[in-house]
Amino acid sequence: MENFDVVVIGGGPGGYVAAIRAAQLGKKTALIEKEHLGGICLNWGCIPTKALLKSAELYQKMKHAEEFGISASNIEFDITKIVVRSRDVSTKLVGGIKALLKKNKLTVIEGTAKLEGPGQILVNDKDKISAKNIIIATGARARNLPGFEANGKNIWTYRQALVPDNVPKSMIIVGSGAIGIEFASFYNALGSDVTVLEAADRILPVEDSEISAMAKKAFEAKGIKFKIGVKLEGQKSSAKGVTVTFDYNGKRESLESEILLMAVGIVGNVENIGLEKTKVIVEKGHIVTNSMMQTAESGVFAIGDVAGAPWLAHKASHEGIIAAEFIAGKKPHAITKTNIPGCTYSSPQIASVGLTEEAAKAAGYQMKIGRFPFYANGKALILGDSDGLIKTIFDAKTGELLGAHMIGAEVTELIGGYVVAKEMEGTELDLMNTIFPHPTLSEMMHESVLQAYGKQIHI
Amino acid sequence: MPIKILMPALSPTMEHGTLAKWLKNEGDIIKAGDVIAEIETDKATMEVEAVDEGVLAKILIPQGTDEVPVNALIAVLIEDGENESDLAEFITKEASAKPVSIVKADPDKKQPETLSNVASSQPMPTSATPSSGRVFATPLARRVAAMDGISLANIIGSGPHGRIVKADIISSGQTKGKIFRHTEEFRLVPNNNMRKIIAKRLLESKLTVPHFYLSIDCMMDALLEARVQINNTLGEDKNKKLSVNDFVILAVAKALKDVPAANASWSDEAIKIYNNVDISIAVAIDGGLITPLIRNADQKDIIKVSSEMKDLAKRARENSLKPEEFQGGGFSISNLGMYGIKSFNAIVNPPQGCILAVGMSSKRAVVIEDRIEMRMVMDVNLSCDHRVVDGAVGAQFLAAFKKYIESPILMFI
Repeated sequence: MENFDVVVIGGGPGGYVAAIRAAQLGKKTALIEKEHLGGICLNWGCIPTKALLKSAELYQKMKHAEEFGISASNIEFDITKIVVRSRDVSTKLVGGIKALLKKNKLTVIEGTAKLEGPGQILVNDKDKISAKNIIIATGARARNLPGFEANGKNIWTYRQALVPDNVPKSMIIVGSGAIGIEFASFYNALGSDVTVLEAADRILPVEDSEISAMAKKAFEAKGIKFKIGVKLEGQKSSAKGVTVTFDYNGKRESLESEILLMAVGIVGNVENIGLEKTKVIVEKGHIVTNSMMQTAESGVFAIGDVAGAPWLAHKASHEGIIAAEFIAGKKPHAITKTNIPGCTYSSPQIASVGLTEEAAKAAGYQMKIGRFPFYANGKALILGDSDGLIKTIFDAKTGELLGAHMIGAEVTELIGGYVVAKEMEGTELDLMNTIFPHPTLSEMMHESVLQAYGKQIHI
Repeated sequence: MPIKILMPALSPTMEHGTLAKWLKNEGDIIKAGDVIAEIETDKATMEVEAVDEGVLAKILIPQGTDEVPVNALIAVLIEDGENESDLAEFITKEASAKPVSIVKADPDKKQPETLSNVASSQPMPTSATPSSGRVFATPLARRVAAMDGISLANIIGSGPHGRIVKADIISSGQTKGKIFRHTEEFRLVPNNNMRKIIAKRLLESKLTVPHFYLSIDCMMDALLEARVQINNTLGEDKNKKLSVNDFVILAVAKALKDVPAANASWSDEAIKIYNNVDISIAVAIDGGLITPLIRNADQKDIIKVSSEMKDLAKRARENSLKPEEFQGGGFSISNLGMYGIKSFNAIVNPPQGCILAVGMSSKRAVVIEDRIEMRMVMDVNLSCDHRVVDGAVGAQFLAAFKKYIESPILMFI
């Protein structure tokens, strides 16, 4: 029986990063992956969706080439080639991970893993290995709503949505979180008639409501339809498509479309890994951990999606590093949850960090709120993207940056600036004293802070 | 040739200790006799003095490292005329010649590291105020502290490199008004050697020592009167005044002289009855407790007992007791009377057979010859290891103790 210092179960962005870090710190480490290195993120999530969205964005830009003085006609796309490109990007990155794992001399085991009592793991139901420390990074999967189970034909999850054979004429998307909105944006851009159904009282329910309202308006302008506050009742699938019935404003309505895409959140992969043989606590489908990612079972850690919200690759990777460093006797810094950024790569993009205005108000803060619109920024006009907003929220008493919320072109690239400021506990003065380059979109980050304190120049 | 500084053995039995703190920095000029580091052993923190002179060229074991083996190379001095390359060559030679195994942090995660990678790893400062005096704090932490007039000097930083962050200010409990609930539900205070020893010894005691408990009341009026009379002759210096505890120590000493079977400890082969009366007195110190000894207490007068006790307690709190000042002893006293505790039972301090738990003196209604009178009464409880001391011996000891406490004049003849 082979002995390891660290065994990581699951090779996604949490697991492979944890494994590499543990190996860097001199631990004899094994990584067990049952399907594909890189996990959902690289193979069926972050990476391929963004590749698809880039194609969709380029297609839309080219259709508006005239605005930039460029003539182009017969602009067409080939969905098969778009999908192939997105798969190629994934494949390239997965190859990179294989090389990284090799470079760090990790043992990669293909197969399933099951915990078998303290420090014991059963691989592929037959081989036993032992580990002083086990990091569970088994990720999560799409949540199923009873009666709306995906059938792979006309009721989809993200899996089918990532590799379409053709662009459906019409599509109903249930759920307006990041996944639902990104697919709505993609299929809308390629010409589908998209309707999004949302049970909450607004789209992108975790975002600031002002941003959420702006997003809805922007998407509606592109032709996406929304029904908010619906209560699903049932669906009927036939050769022609799917009919969804739901309660909307107290009235029963039904909608028909070629494809129904379910994007109603995810649940942790906590089954069939032997947790019942441990003291690990599972609550609402996720493993409970402390800030060092320790579970209730000594020597067992959990990171990433399986360890609970927010379900983000960058959070998983960071937790992987914390677990590996803690195992190696280092003193890693615990994650401050309000410093984890969230991004939606639709068109327009949405990015945020920290408290929303509603949450800050509920927490009893007196706020200073700054806003700066894209239309007043030079670079935004240069890009031809003059719709958007950067909103900053400060604690009026201390100048703490409580939250930053953005919508518009490339905001997913901008948010990192505010994350650094938050993590380092900069105040409004530090941000005001920072010189942002001109002409860039980042100047709006400065102006939004200035505006919160009535010192804005360009509006 | 560069001079090695090795992990010292501060007691004959010491195998490893914690390198608690460096008091000199790399580059400092060291004179013989300079205190260069603090070493934490099972029971105390002690200072390491330099024997040689030179420049502290390289610190190889960062402060805060646990379980550093005795004689491990912890730092290197260079003398006049020696340079960096002499040093580098010397360290390489030392490291390859004798790979000293160091075990860091939690014993559950024993991970031997070689000298070279311990040396290269960064020390983890726990305070944001290194010797340079500069305080590292985030802008937000500075502002939150300034708003409530809180000094950053005494705040321990939890951020990167010990930087003070906002949560450190809030959790210092000095901010005004707002109720703050920590997002982190608890914090972990790593067990230092003292905590580990307390846990190990007392658990062992409770699990393996058959305890029984005897309780007795002592009338304190005569003793308190004697204390006032003696203190009145000792002038104004408060540091010289006798405490009730000083009398308790002396009474225990005299009672042990009368009942030597209570001055005893257990071993598998024999009961060890001590010929000297050495009494361990529990002293609360930062992070735990320690039991310094008053040796031959039966032969000392109350003034001597008092002054020794004051000195031992002071140095216990400063972590500067020598091993012989807290190792050994045949009988322990734990007094919580000063905290207002009326009565309690202590855990036997192995291998000793008895520990006396002393409560507070207070006015009580006492029946004397069919009358109710108000008297000052002190409860004491004796915890005994039944393997060493039987009920009758414990009772005899308490009776003798009560006699000395209630007629303190007997202690002075």
